[in-house]
Parts: sequence; C-alpha cells; structure tokens
Amino acid sequence: MAFLDILRLEKSFGAHRVVKDFNLNIEKGEFISFLGPSGCGKTTVLRMVAGFETPTSGAICIDGRDVSGLAANRRNIGMVFQAYALFPNLTVEQNVGFGLRIKGEGKADIRTRVGEMLEMVGLPNLGERYPFQLSGGQQQRVALARALAIRPQVLLLDEPLSALDAKIRTSLREEIRRIQRELGITTIFVTHDQEEALSMSDRVVVMHQGIADQVGTPFEIYNRPATRFVAQFVGTLNLLDASLLDAAAGRVGLGDLPVALNRKLPGRAGDRVSLALRPETVALGRKGEGSVVLPGHIAEVHFLGSVIRIRVAVAGQFVSLDTFNQPDRPPPSVGTPVEVSISDRDLLVLAA
Amino acid sequence: MTERRLWSWLAVVLGGLYFLLPLVGMVDFSMRMQRDGYSFEAYRVVLADPQFQQTFGYSVVLALLTIVLGILIVVPTAYFVRLRFPGLRPIVEFLTLLPLVIPPIVIVFGYIRIYNTSSVLPLTGSWWGTNLLLLFGYATLSLPYMYRSVDTGLRTIDIGSLTEAAQSLGAGWARILAVVILPNVFVSILSGAFLTFAIVIGEYVFAALLNVGSFGPYMVWMGGNRAYEPSALAVVAFAITWACMGLIQLFTRFSKFSTVRR
Ligand SMILES: Nc1ncnc2c1ncn2[C@@H]1O[C@H](COP(=O)(O)OP(=O)(O)OP(=O)(O)O)[C@@H](O)[C@H]1O
Ligand SMILES: [Mg+2]
Repeated sequence: MAFLDILRLEKSFGAHRVVKDFNLNIEKGEFISFLGPSGCGKTTVLRMVAGFETPTSGAICIDGRDVSGLAANRRNIGMVFQAYALFPNLTVEQNVGFGLRIKGEGKADIRTRVGEMLEMVGLPNLGERYPFQLSGGQQQRVALARALAIRPQVLLLDEPLSALDAKIRTSLREEIRRIQRELGITTIFVTHDQEEALSMSDRVVVMHQGIADQVGTPFEIYNRPATRFVAQFVGTLNLLDASLLDAAAGRVGLGDLPVALNRKLPGRAGDRVSLALRPETVALGRKGEGSVVLPGHIAEVHFLGSVIRIRVAVAGQFVSLDTFNQPDRPPPSVGTPVEVSISDRDLLVLAA
Repeated sequence: MTERRLWSWLAVVLGGLYFLLPLVGMVDFSMRMQRDGYSFEAYRVVLADPQFQQTFGYSVVLALLTIVLGILIVVPTAYFVRLRFPGLRPIVEFLTLLPLVIPPIVIVFGYIRIYNTSSVLPLTGSWWGTNLLLLFGYATLSLPYMYRSVDTGLRTIDIGSLTEAAQSLGAGWARILAVVILPNVFVSILSGAFLTFAIVIGEYVFAALLNVGSFGPYMVWMGGNRAYEPSALAVVAFAITWACMGLIQLFTRFSKFSTVRR
C-alpha cells in the first residue's frame, strides 16, 4: 500500500461524468503531475483529495487511512491555488502563520516557523508587507510557505504558475521542486503545460476526458506513449496517414511510397494506420543501417534560436524535424529537394 | 457647446437650491431664538434638556445593537448564499428589499397583532419584550442597506478560494466567517452600518406605536410644543446623518488594505 492511494474514484456533476475510474498510488515523497487539456478533470481530482468535493464513489486513503469522509479542514493537506488566495487583510507573516494559529501553537513557535518558511521561499524580509504590495511571483511564494507551514501530509498545487510570466514560471518551478525535495513532501502538481510536467515530476499522470490515460515517468510518457492521445498531447508529434501493406513483414505504404519497418505489426493488409514520429528522431540526409529514408522537399523553415524546425513535404504529407543551429551552416532554403531518414525503431504505428 | 454647458449649470444650480434652501431656512430659523440677532440659544436649550439626553442615548444604544444584530444576520447569510446557493441570490435580495416596499406602519401593526399581550409570545407586555421587538424591527428595516453593502463587499474578494485556503489550513466555518470574511468586508459593512445608524436614530413609527421613549418621538413631541428648538433638533439630526456619511467616505478611503490589487 502506497502513501496516497486513490481507488476507483468517480465524480459526476448531474449526468456529466467528469472523473471515471481514476486509480493512482503515490509513494511518500513522490512528485506527481496531472497533465491534460482544459476540462479533463485534473482540478476535480485534486479537489476531491483536498476534500472540497465529495467523490461520487471510490476511496482516497492517506497513510493507510480512508479520508473520504473527512472534512477539508481535518485532512492536514496543504493547497496552493492558481489565484494565490492570500488573505488580503493579513500581512505576509500573518498569512503564513494562519494555519499554525488555528492549531493553537504558541506565539514564539509560530514566529520561528514563519521565519523559517519565509527564509525557505526566499522572502525573509517581506513579512510586514500586505499581499497587494507583492508581485505575483512573490505572492505565490508566500502561498507556498503558508501551505507548508502547517507541515501537511500532502501538498497539492493547482496550476500555481499559470498566472505568472515565463521567466518567473521557470525559476519558480525549479524552486518548488527544490523545496519539495528538501522537505520530502508528497506532492501533486496540476498543470496543462507539458514542459512543466515533464521537467519537474517523478511521474506524470496524463489525463483525458476524466480518465488517467497513462501513468509513468516523464521518459516513459514521452518515449513510449500508451495511447494516441498521450502521443499527441505530450511533445510535438508528426502523424502521417498510411496503410498497412503487409503486417507480418512490417511493410506500410505512405501514399505511393513503400516503407519497411522490419517488425511484425498488428492488423491486416489494407488497414488505415498512423505513423507517429517525434521531430528530434528525424534527420536530414541519408543515415546508415536500419533507417527509413524518404525523399521530399523543404516546405517551411522556422528559426527558433538554438533549434531550427524544418517542415519537409513527403509523399503529399508533412514531416517536422528539428536540427541544431550551427552558425557556419545556414538552413536549407524552401523548395530544395532533400531526403529525410528515421530509425525504424522510432516510427510508432498507431491505429488510425 | 457653451450653451449646453449653460443648461447643465442651470440644472445643477436649480437642484442645489431645491435641496439647500429649506436647510438654510431651517438653520437660520433655529438661530433666531433670541430677538437681538443670531445665537445658539435654541441648541443650548435642546442639548441641556435631560429628555433629549435620555432619548438620544437610548436611540444610540439601540442603533448600535441593531447594527450588531444586522451583521450577525446578514454576513453569514450573504456569504453562504454567494458561496453555496448563488441561484437563491435574487430571491434573498428581493426579500431584503421588502422593508422598503412594505410601509413601517404595516410592519409594526403586524408585530403588535402577533406579539400582543394575549398572544402566545406576549412580547409587548414587558419592557424587555418591547425593546427586543423594536430591536428586531429595526434589524428588519436595516436589511436592505446591510445586505446590499455586505454583498457588494463580498463581490470584491474571491470568497471561494479564500474559504478553501482557510479550510485547507484547518479553519472551521465560524473562524472563516470571523477571521477571513468579516475583516475583508468590514469597510462595506461600515457603510451599511452608518446608514442603519442614521435610520434608527430618526425612526418614529415603530417607536411611537410601541410606545418607546426614543429620539424620534421626542423630536415629534418637540415639534408640536416648541418653536425654535425643533429646528435646532432637526439640524442636529442632519448633522449626525452627515457625519455618518462622512465617516463612510473616510473609512472607505483610508482603510489599510482597500487598495488590494485584483
Ligand atoms: N461544480 C461543478 N459543476 C458542474 N460541472 C463542473 C463543476 N466543476 C467542474 N465541472 C466540469 O467538470 C469538468 C472538469 O473540470 P476540471 O475543473 O476538473 O477541469 P481541469 O482539468 O482542471 O481544467 P482546467 O485545465 O481548465 O483547469 C469540466 O467539464 C467542468 O465543466
Ligand atoms: Mg483546473
């Protein structure tokens, strides 16, 4: 039994089933991200863990105890909101000390703990300020300190970085991860930003229409997507329409172009399939053994800085690929005929 | 353009005169108690009258109690309606407006019928009962002002998130209301409270029919029996109302965290 167990969790609002058969076991100290498009039920699962929503059915156990029937204020769970939700009438210190005062801790203890927390989030000198005197990033740090001050069993963060601008978002996410490691606190982080989820998490839960499509490490999620949705949602993906020519020999047809994958494929000859490949697995030019080589011509060139993304027209469809920027070698111009090669192992075949 | 301006000015001046002339007349009259020119004699007489002090003191205490009762009724109601039953808001708002629609005399006759000495709950039979009835009645009268101002205050904060943040930190309902919600709508409550104060201080119908010695009936009695003093009293009453309005402005302007970024 893991530290936080979510078992067959279901939630309906009226006739609308928002969370369906959601199962997850989180180990103590693990950092889990819920990743998914808007409206897929991430917040709803999180709010059920926090106790703000009652599950329609299923169980939530923390440290072996079923908390489903427990009110939110008895669960000892720290929560950080997208909109900060600091108490506007209290100073930073009072905000951070709020939960401790409710627990009835002594004044001196509270002061020490609040000091530690503000130190930890890097705002040791702002205790006297009111929330409106802080920037968004600072407010969210205070909110984090406030949630952690009560020594919660679990920390929940619902898109805590969405309201911040890009620079602060990156620095704050590293800081959240550092603090989480330091305290060893079990954490669920909700986001619809895949970069955030992949870079921060021990494991990622990709959610789609109320279902956990795949649970795995960022590496697994990215390289071995379990469903078509995961493959498409996480990372950039080239999807090419193809038809199965010979399942046993592993040959598919890309338009008029036959492609040999050299492995057994499911399905029957004539089936429509999708070939999925990541831009970084595609290379310009002809590569060695085990590569599939496709002829085409350059359709678009996007200079992104360190990376150049090139779209190549192949048999009437488009393949995006990434190459590194090299100062002494300008990218090819549009219209140039080229060949692209892909290792046949990197070509995923998904049912269309 | 200039012509339009002229007409606007004219409208403002006419409106101003309409409001100010009676006031000026009243102030003028109230200061002519002594034949040989202006004096504050009428004010001195009024303020020195023990009955003034007694009725005014009574009304002030009653007004403060009304405000406390109003806050206790309205803040939790408005809060839970907003948080949990937003669909009920129009209905509750309508209910709180009823005291403006139903004349006070009808309300108080209702009270007297229901709570008379031969009823199940003979509130009018005792001093305590009568005062309690008056207090409840005034709390009812204050509803339209209290509810609206509290509701407006609640709209300016994100009560959903604040409530959940407080809950996750271990707070129960009573503490959330007292420590999170109340301080954040305090400035709005004040504006409702000052209006309530002004209403209760001058209220006549309830007090007269329940036969209570408050400031309203005293003013009326003065008006019927004296010449200059009633005008002085009216000016005093006006001053109190204006002071209340001024205080509303003051508190709104200078509250420490009313500039919260949203
Ligand atoms: N209180 C509610 N009543 C009715 N439907 C709700 C309620 N809360 C959420 N929903 C519905 O449940 C679904 C999932 O909502 P949820 O907030 O969990 O999505 P999300 O994954 O957090 O999305 P986002 O990324 O936009 O925050 C949505 O279709 C939403 O309309
Ligand atoms: Mg959400």
